[in-house]
Amino acid sequence: MRVGRFRSLVGDPPLLALVLTLSLFGVAMIYSAGQLDVPDPATAGAWRRQLVWLGLSVVALAVVLRIEVKWFEWAAVPFYIAAVAALVLTLAFGTGAGTAAGVRSWLEVGPIRVQPAQFANLATILLLGRVMGGRREPPQTVSALWKPVVIVAIPLVLVVLQPDLGTAMVFGAILLAALFWGGTPPGLLFLLLSPIFGLLLAFQVWLFSAYMVGLVIFLWLYRVYLWEGTLVAAANLAAGTIALPLWNTLAPYQKARLLVFLDPGLDPRGAGWNVIQSRVAIGSGGLFGKGFTEGTQKRLAFLPEQHTDFIFSVIGEETGFLGTTLVLVAFGLVLWRLVRIAERVADPFAGMVVFGIFGAWFTHIVVNVGMTVGVMPITGIPLPFLSYGGSFLLASFVALGMAQRIAAEQARMY
Amino acid sequence: MRNSQTFHMHARRRRAQIATGVVWLLLGGLVFAFFHTQVRRNPAYAMQSDRNRLRPLTLLAPRGTIVDREGRLVADNVPGYALSLLPAPRDSIRSTLGRLAPYLELDGGDIEVLMERQRRRPQQQLVVSNDVPFARISAIEERRPMFPEVLIEMRPKRNYALGAAAAHLVGYVGEISDRELADTAWAEYRAGQIIGKTGVERQYEDRLAGEPGVRYVEVDALGRIVGQFPGHERVDPVPGDSLRLTVDVELQRWVAGLLADTVRGAVVALEPATGEVLALYSTPSFDPNDLVGAVRPERWAALRQDTAKRLLNRAIAGLYPPGSTWKLATAAIGMELGIIDPRQNMPLACRGGMQYGNRYFRCWEPAGHGHVDMADAIKHSCDVYFYQLGLQIGLERLLREGTRLGFDEPTHVDLPAERAGHFPPDTEWYERRFGWSPTESEVMSLAIGQGANDQTALKMAQFFAAVAGDGRMPPPRVVRGGPEPDPSEWLDLGWGEETLRWLREGLDRVTEQGGTAAGSALEHWDWSGKTGTSQNPHGEDHGWFVGLAGPPGSPPEVVVSAIIEEGEHGSDVAQIAAKVADYYLRRQHGIPVDTIQTLREHWLNGVPAPWADWD
Repeated sequence: MRVGRFRSLVGDPPLLALVLTLSLFGVAMIYSAGQLDVPDPATAGAWRRQLVWLGLSVVALAVVLRIEVKWFEWAAVPFYIAAVAALVLTLAFGTGAGTAAGVRSWLEVGPIRVQPAQFANLATILLLGRVMGGRREPPQTVSALWKPVVIVAIPLVLVVLQPDLGTAMVFGAILLAALFWGGTPPGLLFLLLSPIFGLLLAFQVWLFSAYMVGLVIFLWLYRVYLWEGTLVAAANLAAGTIALPLWNTLAPYQKARLLVFLDPGLDPRGAGWNVIQSRVAIGSGGLFGKGFTEGTQKRLAFLPEQHTDFIFSVIGEETGFLGTTLVLVAFGLVLWRLVRIAERVADPFAGMVVFGIFGAWFTHIVVNVGMTVGVMPITGIPLPFLSYGGSFLLASFVALGMAQRIAAEQARMY
Repeated sequence: MRNSQTFHMHARRRRAQIATGVVWLLLGGLVFAFFHTQVRRNPAYAMQSDRNRLRPLTLLAPRGTIVDREGRLVADNVPGYALSLLPAPRDSIRSTLGRLAPYLELDGGDIEVLMERQRRRPQQQLVVSNDVPFARISAIEERRPMFPEVLIEMRPKRNYALGAAAAHLVGYVGEISDRELADTAWAEYRAGQIIGKTGVERQYEDRLAGEPGVRYVEVDALGRIVGQFPGHERVDPVPGDSLRLTVDVELQRWVAGLLADTVRGAVVALEPATGEVLALYSTPSFDPNDLVGAVRPERWAALRQDTAKRLLNRAIAGLYPPGSTWKLATAAIGMELGIIDPRQNMPLACRGGMQYGNRYFRCWEPAGHGHVDMADAIKHSCDVYFYQLGLQIGLERLLREGTRLGFDEPTHVDLPAERAGHFPPDTEWYERRFGWSPTESEVMSLAIGQGANDQTALKMAQFFAAVAGDGRMPPPRVVRGGPEPDPSEWLDLGWGEETLRWLREGLDRVTEQGGTAAGSALEHWDWSGKTGTSQNPHGEDHGWFVGLAGPPGSPPEVVVSAIIEEGEHGSDVAQIAAKVADYYLRRQHGIPVDTIQTLREHWLNGVPAPWADWD
C-alpha cells in the first residue's frame, strides 16, 4: 500500500504537513514583521535567514528520520552529558542578544550562534524517556521520583542561572509530562508540585494557612510514608517562608513583569507596554485582520519583538480572529498527532520521548500565545515554527524527526 | 519486551485521552481569550490602535482679508512657514530642538522656553516658530531625514498694506499668549495658534479667524511622521470672513502723513450722518508688520517700555481734559436749564479774568473780551463768560447734567480697549476720590473743560457729530456690517433744536474773522469747530480742535477731532483738523487736492485767498 509505505518512510504525514505549513507561514509572517514604516535592517532580512534555517532544519529532519530509534536511546546519556556541559559553557562564555543582552543564553561557535538550552531540552527528554521507560512499575512514592527530578533539575538550574525563566518553565513541563506518561498517580504529581503552590499562596497569610491544613489532611488520606509526608509538608512550609525573601531577590524587571501581568496599567510606558501594545495589535485585528503586512501597530513599531516572541501578535493583527483560530487549531492538530503517536507506539522509551516533545511544545505554545493576549506573564519563550530563531527551529525539527522516526518504525510493524 | 502494566495499551489510551482533553481545553481557552480580545473588544482596541498611530494636525484657516470702504486692501495674507514638533517623549523633543538650533538660531534660553511650553501641554504639537524664513525652511528640508519628527506647514503670514498708517485701527495678529490660552473666551484655541491682538483684528477675531480644520498624520511609536493619512475624517478649514472697514485708506494715509513721528496725539474723522469712522490715527505709530510672526523679545521690550507709548491707541484710550471744546456742553446745559438767553451777556464783562471769592480766575486772553453773548463766547472761547455760566448752573447741576450726557461713558466703538471718559457723577465723588469736598469754584474749572474731566478724541468727535445733527449719535463704527449697536449705547444729548442751532452758530463763528481758529478757514467748505487748550500738569498744554465741515449750506459731512499733546495751541491743532476735513471733502466732491489748504497756509505761502473777504 502506497500510504503505508509513505508512513513507514516519514512516520506521520499529517504531522509533517502541518509543521511544514506552519513553518512556511512563519517565514511569511517574519517577512511581514520586517515591513516597518521606518525600516529596521535587523528585522527586514530576518525572513531570509529563517528560510535558510528552515532549509537546514528540513535536512536535519531527513537525517534524523534515517536514525533508528534504538540509537536515540543509546545516545541519550552522552547527549545529556554534552548538553549539560554546553549549558555550563554557556554560563561561562555565553552572550546575550538583542533585547536579552543581559543574559547568557547563546554560545557563539564561529559565525553560528546557538542556544544550547533548546538542545538540552531534547537531551533531557531522551534521558527521561530512557529512565522512565525502563521502569516496570509506575512511581508510587515521592522518593521514587528522585531520578527524573534530578535529571530535569540539573539543566533547569543551569538555565535559571542564565537567567532564562521561560525555558526553565519548559523543563518543568517536560518533567511533568514524563511523570504523567510514566503513569505517576495524580496525587503524587500534586505532592511533587505542592511546594510551588505553597510559594504562590504564601503572599496571603490566610490562604496559605488554609492550604497547609488541606495539605496535611491530603497527606493523611493519601497514606504516604511518614517521613515523606513530613518532607512534603516541610517543603511547603519552607516555600511559604522563603517566598518573600525570594521575591526580594528577583531582579526589578522580573518583579515588574509579574506585577504587570496582574495589571498592565501599572506601568503602561514601561513594563506594561509590551502587553498593552500586543493586546491592542491583536484586538484591533478584529475578525479578519488588517491584511498581510498591513498591521499598523507592527508597521509603526508599537509592537515589541515583533518577529520573535511577539510574532503571534502580528498574526493576530494582520489575519484577525480567523487567523489566530486557524493557527491555534493547527497547533492543536500537531499536538494531537504527537499524542496519537505516543499512544500507538508500543515501546515505552519511544512513547516517553514523543510525549516529552509534546509537553515541551505544548508549553511553548500556551505560554507564548497566552502571553501575547495577556493571560500569561511575559516570559520570552518562542512560538514553535513561527517565531524567528534558528536554533529553536532546528531543535524543533530534530525533535520532529525523532517523533516521525518513531511513528515510522511503528508503521513498519504492521 | 520491557512492556509492562505501566505502558499497556489501555493505560496509554487513557492517558492520551486526558492529554488530548487538556490540549483542547487550554487551546479552547486561548481561542476564547482571542475571541474576547479580537471580536468582542475589537472596537475599543481598534480605536486605541488609531489613537496610537494618528496625530491630529490643525489645518489653519486663511484669515479673512480686510479692505477699506472702497474695497482697497488693508490687510491680507502672504505665504509663510511654521515649524512645529509632534508630541513625543521630552528627551526626544529636547534632542530635536538641539539639532534644529543652528538652523533656526535658537539659543539655550529659547530652548528652555519651548521645553517649558512642551511641559505644560505635552499632548499638543509644539510650535517652534510661526515665521521661518524660506531659506531656513529649505535648509531643513534638505536634511529631512535628520528631522523626521519636524512638521513644516504653510502658514500664511499677515501683511498690513498701510503699515504704520493704520496700526492702531487695524491692530495686528500674533501667537496666542499663555494668558489668552487660560481665558475661557479662547477655549478652542491651541498653543501656537494665531490670534488678533489689538484693533479690528482683535474685535472681529471670531469673524476673521475662520474655523481651523484638522487632518491626520500617521506616526510611529517614537512620534516620527511616517506618512499622510488621507482617509480619516479630514475636516477642511473654513476661511475667515472678509471685513470691509468704514475707513477711507487714502484719508487715513493723509492723516498719518500730517503727523510727524515725534508728535504725540490722535486724529479721528467721523461721518456725522452715520457715525462711521473715516479715519482714526494715533501718533507715534508702529509698523504692525514687524509684530507679525517671530518677534524677538528685545524688540517687544523696547516697544513696551517706549516712553512715547507707541502701542497705545490714543484716539480711543488717550484721556485728556477736553478744555474749551467742552464749553459747548456748558453752554447747552445753561440754555436747556433756561438759565441763559444766548443773545444776552453775562453780568461781568471779560477784563482778562474775574475775581471769585479770594481767588482771581484768568481768561486765556489777558486783554479780555468785554461783553460777549453766548455765540461770541464760543467764538473767542471766553473763559470769563463760562466761569459765570458755570456758577449760575451750579456744581451739582453741572455734574448731574454732564453725567447724563454720557461723559463718563465710552462711545462703544467696535474696537477693543476703548477707555471711558472721566466725569464726576456728583460732589461725593470728590470725597471718595480726593478726600475733599469741592468748593463752588470747582464748577468754574469744569465749565471751561478743565478739572476732573478727561475725554478721548473719539468721544469728542461723537459729541460734536451729535451737535451737528439732532443730538443723537450711534456708537462710532469702524467695520461695515458689524453687530448692530444696542440702543442703550447711543449718545442722546436730549437737547432741543433751538439749543443745537445756537451751538452751531457759535461753532461757525470760531473760524470766522476774529475767531480762535480763523486761520483754519477753508476755501470750499463751511468749516466750523471749537478749539481747546487743556492744562497739562506734567508739561506744556495739550491742544484740541474738533471741527465740522461740509459743502456750503449743507449739513456737515465730516467731523474731525484732533488732540496734540504738549505745546500745541488749539488754533494750531485746527490747522491739522482743517487739512484732514478739506482733503476728505475735496476727494468726495471731485476737487483737486492741494497742500495749501487753510487760510493760514495761504498767508504763509503768499497765496491770495480772495474767498476770505477779511484782512
